[in-house]
Amino acid sequence: MRSFLGFVRKETLHLTRDRQTLAILLLLPLIQVLIFGFAVRTDVRKVPIVLVDPTPDVATLELRDRIMASDRFDLVGVTGSSRDLDPQFRAGSIRQALVLPGDVERRLGRGDSLAIQLLTDGSDPNTGGIMQGYATAVVERWYADASPAGTGLRITAASRLRYNPTLESSHLFVPGLVAFVLTIMSAMMTAISITREKETGTMEMLLVSPIHPAAIVAGKVTPYIVLGFVSVILVLIAARTVFGVPLRGSVGLLLAECGLYIITALALGIVISTKAPTQRTAMIFALAGLMMPTMLLSGFIFPLDSLPKWLQAISYAVPARWFLLVVRGIMIKGAGLATLWQETLVLVGMTAFFLAIGSRKLSMRLG
Amino acid sequence: MTDYVIDARGLTRRFGNFTAVDAITFHVEQGEVFGFLGANGAGKTTAIRMLIGLLVPTSGSATVADYDIATQAEQVRRRIGYMSQRFSLYEDLTVQENITLYGGIYGVSDRDIRQRTGDILSRIGLEHAGDELVREIPLGWKQQLAFCVALLHRPGVVFLDEPTGGVDPITRRKFWELIYETASTGTSVLVTTHYLDEAEYCNRISIMVNGAMAAMGTPAEVRSSLGAGTLDEVFLRLTRPGAAAV
Repeated sequence: MRSFLGFVRKETLHLTRDRQTLAILLLLPLIQVLIFGFAVRTDVRKVPIVLVDPTPDVATLELRDRIMASDRFDLVGVTGSSRDLDPQFRAGSIRQALVLPGDVERRLGRGDSLAIQLLTDGSDPNTGGIMQGYATAVVERWYADASPAGTGLRITAASRLRYNPTLESSHLFVPGLVAFVLTIMSAMMTAISITREKETGTMEMLLVSPIHPAAIVAGKVTPYIVLGFVSVILVLIAARTVFGVPLRGSVGLLLAECGLYIITALALGIVISTKAPTQRTAMIFALAGLMMPTMLLSGFIFPLDSLPKWLQAISYAVPARWFLLVVRGIMIKGAGLATLWQETLVLVGMTAFFLAIGSRKLSMRLG
Repeated sequence: MTDYVIDARGLTRRFGNFTAVDAITFHVEQGEVFGFLGANGAGKTTAIRMLIGLLVPTSGSATVADYDIATQAEQVRRRIGYMSQRFSLYEDLTVQENITLYGGIYGVSDRDIRQRTGDILSRIGLEHAGDELVREIPLGWKQQLAFCVALLHRPGVVFLDEPTGGVDPITRRKFWELIYETASTGTSVLVTTHYLDEAEYCNRISIMVNGAMAAMGTPAEVRSSLGAGTLDEVFLRLTRPGAAAV
């Protein structure tokens, strides 16, 4: 126990003496929250839209008002014909156009069907789809309100988005960011700090000494667990104060799951360190082997449903995928362990697996 | 129980088809300075790594401080000191912090650590450097410090793997004085080196060639058994028989 505490103290000294690394480790997650929160938004605001209204009347004026009232759209013009739309789309000055037929008011009064054309710039398919959805919703509601009562059957599906009704993208990114920060902090830093000792020759001294390899590893990772927790808490505070991301579930459960994932990630770091002879290799292993899957195959940035089947299959092996489900479940949906036990169990299993591999490799010492 | 601090019998290590250490048998007595000589790749380091528990022997056996290296590695570890070829203290910790860390790892009590720290620092003339980062003290002192740290828990035997590489002659001389002092207190020293002048300082030496022990005895015995005037000559004859015949 004493040698373990001495070891923790030593690792803490390494960490605090290396001010630059410490600053990066603490600031990077915060900077990432701000970048992802502000810059990488997938929700759409102020879409420049043109309304093509050949015969303006009371009904189309109502539609125009509704478009102007929404901050999703920026009504840049109303024209009488759709002739000049193409160049404007190409120039990017408009991204959507709503083309109405003539005599809207009269047709509505007669209960005629109305052929409305909605043109959307699809060069970015994600935002294109979102813009399309917003515009359709506005038009449908207007159409329903403007049609006189009793004309035909009026079946409307009232769809409502649960948990994130305004589709704030920061609600989606923050849980991903927590996973990302913990992976980098725990896995990469453990891998680097163990390989550093291999490189400098101090690991050999430790392995010759009576201290148990498990105590070496535990001593090494303890400061990083603490640092990981501090980062997570900073990220959560920033997410809440700056972006208003909710934390609907239990804070205790969230921190416990974070603790579990930290251990998963550092077990991965240990596995990497047993394979990598140098710090540089460890870094490349961690970046290529962990950072990319954590960003791309966990559902952090790209929805898993849109991946090809074989990539989806690979994503099941990415710990961050499961952790992300847990964090989103707790933060956004307020879910408890009763619903998240399966994901938690998968993480526990993965952790046990990585720890078994890592300790087996370490117990073979340097042989 | 044997009377020897190190007692190796037919110790062998193979890596695939390559035999790095080929059935070496030797012993080291208490308080003896035993020199391991040999060209690079002769198997010195592999032999040491088996004795300190970093490598498992392919065959043969050895006891270190009366414990079997294959079955009682844990006990062996508590009773040996080791200083590797590479400088092995933490550069970003102070002298004092390094000593405290190793003391803690070997279970030395805080009181003993404090007392021995004072002894060590005055012994190598670093009294005022306790709070300096190790990276800031000169290489010669670092190596003496590393040696003293390896002795902090008063091991029965200390293994030094080319301890004086890259050090100036005066510091080397100083280092050997430390080795003698240590041996005089009853601690055995097994030291590998390729400086042949240093081999003359050893009580006994063995010369390894291609994994096997080609000669063993006091420096004088080894010289006379091969009819050579100097250890340089012995070394050349053993390692390059063709060249020596010319």
